[in-house]
Amino acid sequence: MISLHHYLLLSGILFSIGVLGVLIRRNAIVIFMCVELMLNAVNLTFIAFSRYLGNIDGQIFVFFVMTVAAAEAAVGLALMIAFYKNRESIDVEDCNLMKL
Amino acid sequence: MFDNVWLIPLFPLLGFLINGLFGKKIKNETVIGGIGTLAIFASFIVSCGILAQMIALPAEQRIYEKVVFPWIHSGNFKADMAFLLDPLSVVMIMVVTGVGSLIHLYSIGYMHGEEGFYRFFAYLNLFCMSMLLLVLGNNMLVMFIGWEGVGLCSYLLIGYYFHKQSAGDAAKKAFVMNRVGDFGFLIGLFTLYWWLGEHANVWTINFMEIKKASHLLPYGGVVTIASLCFFVGATGKSAQIPLYTWLPDAMEGPTPVSALIHAATMVTAGVYMIGRMSFVFIKSPDTMMVVAVVGAATAIFAATIGTAQNDIKRVLAYSTVSQLGFMFLAMGVGAFWAGIFHLMTHAFFKACLFLGSGSVIHAMHGALHHAHLHDDPQDMRNMGGLRKYMPITFITFLVSTLAIAGIPGLSGFFSKDEILWQAFSNPYHGELNMVLWGLAATAALFTAFYMFRLVFMTFYGECRINPKVKDHLHESPLVITIPLMVLGFLAAVGGYLGMPKIVGLLPNFLEHWLDPVFELANEYGKTYAHTAGHESHLLELGLMGFSVVVAVVGILIAMTFYVKNTTLPKKFTDALPGLHRTVYNKWYVDELYDFIIVNPCKAFGNFLWKGFDVVVVDGIVNGVATVVMGLSGAFRYTVSGYVHNYALVMAAGTVAILGYYIYH
Repeated sequence: MISLHHYLLLSGILFSIGVLGVLIRRNAIVIFMCVELMLNAVNLTFIAFSRYLGNIDGQIFVFFVMTVAAAEAAVGLALMIAFYKNRESIDVEDCNLMKL
Repeated sequence: MFDNVWLIPLFPLLGFLINGLFGKKIKNETVIGGIGTLAIFASFIVSCGILAQMIALPAEQRIYEKVVFPWIHSGNFKADMAFLLDPLSVVMIMVVTGVGSLIHLYSIGYMHGEEGFYRFFAYLNLFCMSMLLLVLGNNMLVMFIGWEGVGLCSYLLIGYYFHKQSAGDAAKKAFVMNRVGDFGFLIGLFTLYWWLGEHANVWTINFMEIKKASHLLPYGGVVTIASLCFFVGATGKSAQIPLYTWLPDAMEGPTPVSALIHAATMVTAGVYMIGRMSFVFIKSPDTMMVVAVVGAATAIFAATIGTAQNDIKRVLAYSTVSQLGFMFLAMGVGAFWAGIFHLMTHAFFKACLFLGSGSVIHAMHGALHHAHLHDDPQDMRNMGGLRKYMPITFITFLVSTLAIAGIPGLSGFFSKDEILWQAFSNPYHGELNMVLWGLAATAALFTAFYMFRLVFMTFYGECRINPKVKDHLHESPLVITIPLMVLGFLAAVGGYLGMPKIVGLLPNFLEHWLDPVFELANEYGKTYAHTAGHESHLLELGLMGFSVVVAVVGILIAMTFYVKNTTLPKKFTDALPGLHRTVYNKWYVDELYDFIIVNPCKAFGNFLWKGFDVVVVDGIVNGVATVVMGLSGAFRYTVSGYVHNYALVMAAGTVAILGYYIYH
């Protein structure tokens, strides 16, 4: 029997993978994908609680998150293209203009 | 006709607007000058109508107030744009519009070909409007608008040749010194308004209402303070000690301006104001004494300076200061009508003298220009023998000079003699009377001397200028000489309006005329006058004879010095070089003021700039910026530039906050 705990555990694992990916990886696209992973981990939590509490609000919220994620993807990819045009790289280590 | 009084200031205002807005496009000097002159002449016609109507009325009905529009009504405070017609203001509008018209006409000739011709006429009209507001206003606020307006126009016209440094400086000096006086005027106004309201529950700035309530005012005390403040205002506008030094410098303006503003009208505003408020001034014996002493002191002091100046207009300027001193003396000894009488006769003869000097300068300037020489056309040392070339100017000038010197039969004699007699015989100042009379009589001696010195140096003897110039000297055109002739005529006969009773050929029209205005003041004066005043006819005749002798002696001295024995002045100055230098340099009063007031003010300004503004204000502003910059420099080390660092800090922060909420 798959209970709420399992969903939450999976969601926590996915979220942690996402956080670690953002912190460790240097490729901007991978970081970006990790962010998406975190968002979807949160979505999973929403859905699980929605089902568990019998309340539809959580599912509606997931739609919002997905919309924001889509918008974020558009903006993020545009940024990356602009950055690549300037630096011929999408390595975040190269975003260093603010360094002393 | 009384109802049309609002037209009087309106015409010059229209003239100002037309010439000021469209003058540059009109270009034609005849049209511009014609508009300006007609504007003021129209006011003169209306004034004549009002005068005629007022003469027809019985004395006690000669008062009329016209509210043009309600202006400020706020609680207890009420000020309307309203005009007051009474014998005093009618005398003033007649002088302002009459002499003003002549000077406008004269200016068409004198300013011919000047750059900014239209600007000149626009300013002249604006000045006339302000002056008419000043004398017509029925409350202190309307008067104050005029008071400030004439100050502004004076500034604009002194600085007419603004490309000259000296003209700009003179304009600023006049404006600043006038502002000092205006401050006094305002304080006086507030004091009187406050006291009457607070203690007598009469909240008003209307002259007639104050007059009605004036019996509530105490003798001395707060009235002394208020009237002294008003007097400070008068010393600024009317160039009395200690605020007189701007007037001689004001000669930087074109000559018609000197005639209109700095001799005939604006500078008499202070005298008019004291006359208007006579019922307040006389309630303070101390103020009356201050006014009399300052007047007498200014009369003698300025007269001494006049004896040593070489610039023809400067002599006349000091003469004006001195004559204004006579007017204040008259006010201070309670002879208000005599002050106004001298104001009127002085307007005639001094305007004539200034315009005559302008005619001379005009001729000299033109001749020097033709001969391509750059001598000073205003320096009397370059003149001499001009009567041959300029007969009309000479004759009118001579008549006016005789009038100011106090030769019997001419206007100045009657007015000045009345003042001298009143200074001697007034019941207010006791022992001081002798001193006042002595100072005034000595000033009269000096007046006769320096005026004839001027006439002899300018019109008599041999022409001292380069012979090349002589051929180009000629009489000024009619547009200049007609005003001279009219004013010369008035200077001769103006005195018959106020002939003293003792001469008795004619009744004293002017004293009767002004009686309703000054009646109340004389009434108040009686309560503290300690003597009944001398009434000896013999004494009056004796003093009159004495002042004639004084005038003749002054003229004879001038003749000895400057006609008979022309080496004498040189010998005299060589014998007393220190005295001559001191008088020539105007007793170093300007230097003294620089030392006491101007330089400390500049030093204080410098301190505020370099000490306060640069160090404190800029220090605070720059200090804030420096602190912020230092702090941000320090915090900058936390910004590594690595995206991972930020992400790590953010994640750690989130964990910390979550942990706090979970375990709290």
